[in-house]
Amino acid sequence: MKRNAAGLPLSYRLAVTSRCLAAVLGGYLLASMASVCITLLVPLAQVDAAMTGMMLSFVFYLLAFIWCFACRSARHAWLGVLLPSLLLGLVNGLAYWMKNP
Amino acid sequence: MKDGFRQAMAWLHTWAGLIFGWLLFAIFLTGTLSYFKEEISHWAQPEVRRHALDPVASLGLAQRYLEANAAHSGNWMIRLPSEREAALSVGWRDPSGGRRGFVSKQLDAQTGQPVEARDSRGGEFFYRFHFQLQMPHPWGRWLATFCAFIMLLGLVTGIITHKKIFKEFFTFRPGKGQRSWLDGHNAIGVLVLPFHLMISYSSLVIFMYMVMPASIMASYGGNTNGYFNDLFGRDDVPKAANVAAPMVPLAGLYAKVQAQVPGARMGYIQVHNPGDRNARVSFAQASADNIAYKRSANWMFDGSTGELLSQGAPESAAMMTSFSFVGLHMGNFAGPWLRWLYFVFGVAGTAVIGTGLVMWLGKRQLKHAKRERMPAELRLVEVLNIASMSGLLLAVAGFFWANRLLPAALQGRADWEVNTFFVVWLLSLAHAVLRPGRRAWGEQLGLGALAFALLPLLNALTTGQGLNHSVAVGDWAMAGLDLTALGTGLFLAWAAGKMLRAPKAAAKRELKVSKASAEVVEVNGC
Repeated sequence: MKRNAAGLPLSYRLAVTSRCLAAVLGGYLLASMASVCITLLVPLAQVDAAMTGMMLSFVFYLLAFIWCFACRSARHAWLGVLLPSLLLGLVNGLAYWMKNP
Repeated sequence: MKDGFRQAMAWLHTWAGLIFGWLLFAIFLTGTLSYFKEEISHWAQPEVRRHALDPVASLGLAQRYLEANAAHSGNWMIRLPSEREAALSVGWRDPSGGRRGFVSKQLDAQTGQPVEARDSRGGEFFYRFHFQLQMPHPWGRWLATFCAFIMLLGLVTGIITHKKIFKEFFTFRPGKGQRSWLDGHNAIGVLVLPFHLMISYSSLVIFMYMVMPASIMASYGGNTNGYFNDLFGRDDVPKAANVAAPMVPLAGLYAKVQAQVPGARMGYIQVHNPGDRNARVSFAQASADNIAYKRSANWMFDGSTGELLSQGAPESAAMMTSFSFVGLHMGNFAGPWLRWLYFVFGVAGTAVIGTGLVMWLGKRQLKHAKRERMPAELRLVEVLNIASMSGLLLAVAGFFWANRLLPAALQGRADWEVNTFFVVWLLSLAHAVLRPGRRAWGEQLGLGALAFALLPLLNALTTGQGLNHSVAVGDWAMAGLDLTALGTGLFLAWAAGKMLRAPKAAAKRELKVSKASAEVVEVNGC
């Protein structure tokens, strides 16, 4: 315990935990939103659009992971995944509403 | 977290690799074995005899057997013998019998009689473990898919970390301890990089409907079946009319398929409502014939008139893309040489993960080399490294030994083979806890060397189908497993020798540690 405390302060550990959560959960939200966005907007048959969205979603998950550990702070990590998710969510809501009025 | 993009990526590579490395090692090793799933099953059930392939005769035998034994069932399934599968497999739905209401039998391809083979999961066990991790549905699949994602992340962060990757590829400095491990890790990683990227991304595609279902939910609402109906273009099968009508011979329908696609090999053949006026027979082309699954290579016949009712719809570009990734991952299309290449690549992937785990520990051990005892967290990593790598190899060997030694009449025999696998794995964990690091490695690798090298002998003694027999009759699936086991044994013996001969620098510390733990009860791997 002493060794840990000497080497790495608690605040650092919490920040790393927060980044991990941002990457796993926030990243998943971002990937889901991006895949839905592609599915609803891409001009393909229904099943093809769904497949394309799902296949590309992992790229967004990957980018979200990289962002969450490359950015300057845990706060930036959360902002970086939640803001685009919110934006995509709005687009998705609009697109969904236009398709299912 | 370090400053700088590359440093941050190196940090992510290191820690994600450590936490998921043990599980990824097991996933890669069992996945590699799964490329020889049918061959392992053949080794595990030597009672099933191989005959020259004759699809027409096999179909006749299957139909006769099913009409005699499963006329009451509403669903039949037939799988013809192939280059890789010796048996003629038939199955039928029967709510009152079999596992999960489904009875399956392996028939001899020449006589059409059921083969009394020993009860074993064979290659199916490693295949299922590879993506289900022996966990209840759906958690194993979720975890395995997440591990695949971490593998992909590890590859990308690894590439970023070593930006001079292709230049460094030609650098290999053997015999230099930590440096050599890193060079090996990089060289193997880069050499098979396209395979690694393909295999980890395609595993995400295989289960994407499960792990990333938001698109399906947004597009199809709650109706997930709608997605699969669109994807596979399934026809609805009518209910039984309850009017008896004789079935046409399946061989005749097979001839109609052959007229359309000459030389097509058959995958699953299904019969719905057999012996009824509404009988339907569906043929699907074998996955060995194409890289990507072809939904167009499906034919539905009327079972009482023999009329071709429908053929699968053509695939779209998105379907071809996703089916190609799935097909590349499974490798069902691969012939013997390409299959071996898959196997070698799989071993390389396993080695990249293994060397990474060893390096993580080695780097940190250097800092504590002067101390009497290793810090607890490093010791934990060491124990897990040993149990997850050499321990898993021992468990695989244990499975094969159990297959040859458990009596055929044992109740739940196939389950006991699986239990042996996990018990041996657990014992190796206990052994790793009790013995000092280097000795534990050496002893487990040494035992593994014996277990694998003696496997061909055990096979010869218990079944009479040892190398002298299998090579003589050209049974290369049987001989291949024996020879691979022998090769694995030799490699493990070499590795065990390295581990047991302690390096000069570490020799003193090693001596102290082994003296201190001399009183500890020794528990052998198996």
